[in-house]
Amino acid sequence: MLAYLIRRLWQMVPTLLGVILLVFVLFKFFGGDPAEILGGLNATAEQVDAIRQQLGLNEPWFVQLWIFVKQIFSFDWGKSWATNESVANLFATRLPATLTVMIPILILDVLVALPIAMWVAYRRGSLTDRLIMVVTTIALSISLLVYIIVGQYLFGFQLGWFPVQGWSDSVWTNLATYVPLPVLLVVLVGIAPQTRLYRSFFLDELGQDYVRTARAKGMGEGVVLFRHVLRNAMIPILTNVSLALPGIFVGSFLIEVFFSIPGLGREVLLAVNRSDYPVIQALTVYLAVLTMLINLITDLLFKWVDPRVVLK
Amino acid sequence: MSAVLPPAAALGDTFQKSEGVWHAAWRRYRADRVGMVSLAIVLAFLLLIAASALGWVAGDWQREVGVPNAPPTFVGPRAAEATGAIDKPTGPNVDLSAVDPLAPRYKEWDERAAKFKTVEIHRAETLPLGADRLGRDVLSKAIKGTEVSVFVGVLAALTATLLGTLLGALGGFFGRWVGDILEWLYNVFESIPGILLIFAFAAVFGRGIGTVVLILGLTGWTGMYRQVRAEFMKHAGREYVRAAEAIGASTGSRMFRHILPNVSHVILVRTSLLAVGFIKAEVILSYLGLGVPVDQVSWGTMLAEAQSELILGHWWQLAAATLFMALFVTAFSLMADALRDALDPKLRGLE
Repeated sequence: MLAYLIRRLWQMVPTLLGVILLVFVLFKFFGGDPAEILGGLNATAEQVDAIRQQLGLNEPWFVQLWIFVKQIFSFDWGKSWATNESVANLFATRLPATLTVMIPILILDVLVALPIAMWVAYRRGSLTDRLIMVVTTIALSISLLVYIIVGQYLFGFQLGWFPVQGWSDSVWTNLATYVPLPVLLVVLVGIAPQTRLYRSFFLDELGQDYVRTARAKGMGEGVVLFRHVLRNAMIPILTNVSLALPGIFVGSFLIEVFFSIPGLGREVLLAVNRSDYPVIQALTVYLAVLTMLINLITDLLFKWVDPRVVLK
Repeated sequence: MSAVLPPAAALGDTFQKSEGVWHAAWRRYRADRVGMVSLAIVLAFLLLIAASALGWVAGDWQREVGVPNAPPTFVGPRAAEATGAIDKPTGPNVDLSAVDPLAPRYKEWDERAAKFKTVEIHRAETLPLGADRLGRDVLSKAIKGTEVSVFVGVLAALTATLLGTLLGALGGFFGRWVGDILEWLYNVFESIPGILLIFAFAAVFGRGIGTVVLILGLTGWTGMYRQVRAEFMKHAGREYVRAAEAIGASTGSRMFRHILPNVSHVILVRTSLLAVGFIKAEVILSYLGLGVPVDQVSWGTMLAEAQSELILGHWWQLAAATLFMALFVTAFSLMADALRDALDPKLRGLE
């Protein structure tokens, strides 16, 4: 177990170096000149030169790469170019808002889609099954954008059930007032693809020999479905949830833009529009690390959930 | 066929020509009614796109042909007071010519003005699918938007396919250090959340149609790489490839003349799935202002405009963009599904 852990962590090193290199090369050789972005349109040549000196842009590229690596490991990215807010502070203040929205979405997504998928898979080939598959195919084809525009208009503006947008400092007010509408919309939109996916997992299991055996020895359908099929189908479902897990930190940037939620996703988008390189670079590198760590943790969890899994 | 090959016919049953894989796939595809209907819809869309690209239809989508926010024809024109026209004064008309200092010159001005020809621009009260804020025809915009969105999605899918296939072929065929390096590259791209990768590329490369294609292609190749690599690893050790090697086929020939045709059905299906994903991604990127520039129209920019129009009750632009998108994407996904079933019958029934 420990040996496995060490080996996995050791394997992350080259990947992490690759991510650092990718981000560095991307912004260094393809992006605009930071000094000119930072100086603005009216900067004189001396000012641009001074900024360049300050950021170490006159050094050879490997020295700059070293500065970049040092920034990553000392967690010191300096300040956002646009707002002068320190990048660390930006993370600390924006992440809670993102998590407040994304965690309910993640949980509800699974809880709603699971029973529907199971029911649809159980009644495979029936009219309900086919009807649901057709509806989900069409529902999937329309952009999330349309659902948000229409949902916000309908529930927020016309019916007035929820505030159109907004955010407060209190977590409870947020959860009770501002979070329900975005969560409702995302979960509603997510049902279609999740159901399709989970349905195929259930179908895989329903065709297995152990299901026939269980039925042959006279077990009730409820027992077969919930004790045998559900447990086995949970493995691919959990894999799928774990794949979505890193996403909750990026947040649904569309949701955050539409509902004016001050989260990380909106911040990245603002940073992209303002060419705010430190923010984008920091987020990209740290979220990559986070993704790798979450993947490792899920692999360990699988060992715990399913004893057949062999870690190697 | 038999007319061209008399010897085969003469030999009879002993030498029957077997059906090619594409031929067999087409036979299976033709039996799929849903697949055929969606193929027809996709082909109709492609014709529309070709006509629009050649300028036969929707070439003048930027012309302001209707009154601002003109409703669709089936809704009927808006009531007069809603258009914001000023009512005609109803009071008595007072003759001011006695005190008006400019009165003697009106006639001269009228004569001079008459020398210039003015054209009364007639703006339509209603249009087939209504007009946008500036009075541009929504139907033309939707057609032009379809062209741009589909073009971006398909081109990006082709870019990703090319990149993924090439890298996957190299990684799967050579293995060893080439495979290791490519696997490392794959891990690097996979460890960054997709949308963040797209944003990082967008921050660096700027805006424009070509950029969107490049961004989506450069960030979306990983799935294709993985699958092609697995297929190439499987095929590299098979007899027919060894046989090709034995008769002196070069490495490139073995990879692309012998193995590639045998895995091309996997690539085709994957490409069509990628195209659907990229079309949707383009819509979102354009909405966020990272996609097509303002002087062009796509489904995403239409939806961005529609958001503020909806609050005023002008729903037609939203409806038109949604309808076009829903129809095309549904047909395209169903076609991809049917294609997968036809090309790889083993997968049928799983989903």
